Amino acid sequence: MMAAFDVIVLGAGPAGATCAATAAEAGRRVAVIDEQPRAGGQVWRAPMGGFPGKGDADQASGDTLRRRLAASPATRRLGHRVWSVVRTDTGYRVDTLGPDGPTALEAPFLVVATGAHERVVPFPGWTTPGVIGLAAATVLLKSHGVVPGRRLVVAGCGPLLAVVAAGLVKAGTEVAAVVDIAPRSAWLTRLPAILGQPRLAARGLAWGFAVAKAGVPVLSGHGVRRVEGGEAVTRVVIGPVDADGAPTEGPEQIIEADGLIIGHGLTTACEVTRLLRAEHRFDRLRGGWIPVVDGAFQTSLPGLHAIGDGAGIRGQAMASLAGEALGWHLAGRMAEAEATRANMAAATPFSDAMAGLMAQRPAQVRAIAADTVVCRCEDVTRAEIDSAVDAGATQIDQLKHFTRCGMGPCQGRSCADTVQELMAARLRMSRQEVGQWTGRPPLRPVPLGEVIGAFSYDDIPIPTPAPL
Amino acid sequence: MTARRLHAAPERVAVTIDGEPAMLPAGESLATALLCEGHVLLRRSPRDGTPRGAFCFMGACQECAILVDGSVRQACLTPVTAGMAIELRGAP
Repeated sequence: MMAAFDVIVLGAGPAGATCAATAAEAGRRVAVIDEQPRAGGQVWRAPMGGFPGKGDADQASGDTLRRRLAASPATRRLGHRVWSVVRTDTGYRVDTLGPDGPTALEAPFLVVATGAHERVVPFPGWTTPGVIGLAAATVLLKSHGVVPGRRLVVAGCGPLLAVVAAGLVKAGTEVAAVVDIAPRSAWLTRLPAILGQPRLAARGLAWGFAVAKAGVPVLSGHGVRRVEGGEAVTRVVIGPVDADGAPTEGPEQIIEADGLIIGHGLTTACEVTRLLRAEHRFDRLRGGWIPVVDGAFQTSLPGLHAIGDGAGIRGQAMASLAGEALGWHLAGRMAEAEATRANMAAATPFSDAMAGLMAQRPAQVRAIAADTVVCRCEDVTRAEIDSAVDAGATQIDQLKHFTRCGMGPCQGRSCADTVQELMAARLRMSRQEVGQWTGRPPLRPVPLGEVIGAFSYDDIPIPTPAPL
Repeated sequence: MTARRLHAAPERVAVTIDGEPAMLPAGESLATALLCEGHVLLRRSPRDGTPRGAFCFMGACQECAILVDGSVRQACLTPVTAGMAIELRGAP
């Protein structure tokens, strides 16, 4: 059952699929694994279930990558969920669960390209059915050809706001308002960096025009105060916020809507490097906790590499370049690796500008109301988190023990960034000092029966009885 | 949240939702199919019993974990297949 490779790549988005194809084309035995049934990640997500696709630039880029990966000698394990990764004497062992049951792969080199999770800073009513993430809306639009409502509010911060609002408008749905935490000046100060990437700037401008042409009001320097409706979204209440995202004095506006699409940037999905106990550091600009890597994207553990948004939020262009550079590196083609790495410098100012718009705003987190649910899985409120800290929790794992925050089925993916910030603020400690939850297997929930798989008792060796 | 498809749905297959017969498009993600059929509320939270629906649609948040054929599945990662028994009544 054990398949041996030179390199195992976790994640088939721009970083992982590019890395896998590059290394495989250069002669390495590569396996690439992704939970989704088709490569492309979230940014280049493939159409599914009979939807022909939007035929836009993202789909074209994704199709190009999918064709390249399919034509390469890399082994593709798509639709496979990774639930365990361990170090072995010779490298790494990855256990997956796929349509054909459990499988295990081993390789001396492991590349973690697991991307990002969306950050949503809690507010009253954010658990109401009909509130979904900005990234969720892009999945529905790109992959399923579904518009998630009749009259929607698009809110939060960062470039995804414009992408989603334009996508919804083009799909013929009413967007009641775009609500952006960032003041207009936050975009203007980043204009030089944005214009440094003319192709991407032009796409951004096109999204802006689509929204403006549809007459959608754009409220900069505003945030969502609460969602009303209880069993389903009926109204979104917004109000002015300061540059750090904290509510300020000013009139509230009530917007009738049947859905709210919201996101406050991205956090790194670094569960695998955490599980393996690689060294991490906290970097607010880069989306939170990131594995420490060297010039060859190697973490503090030999043979363990991390690239793409999971190693720090830098966006698709940087992810693709890192994948290419690491692919060459793993194939021993150092000249090509170095040349690709050099191209990353040119994309850095744009990437930093976008990451800055999506970075967590501590004041926004500190303004969360006491009775607001922070941990969705376990219904833990901000007041309960504060009480646990006041009762003596000084380590983030203690807080988990006291409150059950991060102990639910999502394993803290939705709440970690907020909970850790709240704890750091109350203790007047840095995020680095408060730390992050210890990574524990399984990486994702899996039915135990399926992990065990089919077996026959006849397969179990029975030791010969000792002579009497 | 009244969702709408931008294309003709694939061929539908028979399933049951909370014991009632229903037809859902084969191969579509269960979370999307349920959303398009008007099932925005998928479950209730275990502690407070508050209503919940699919939130991230990409396998991270686990809010769409419901009972399918008796075991907990993330609806956003589960393709619709014929004969599925889907339960929205508060999967644990």
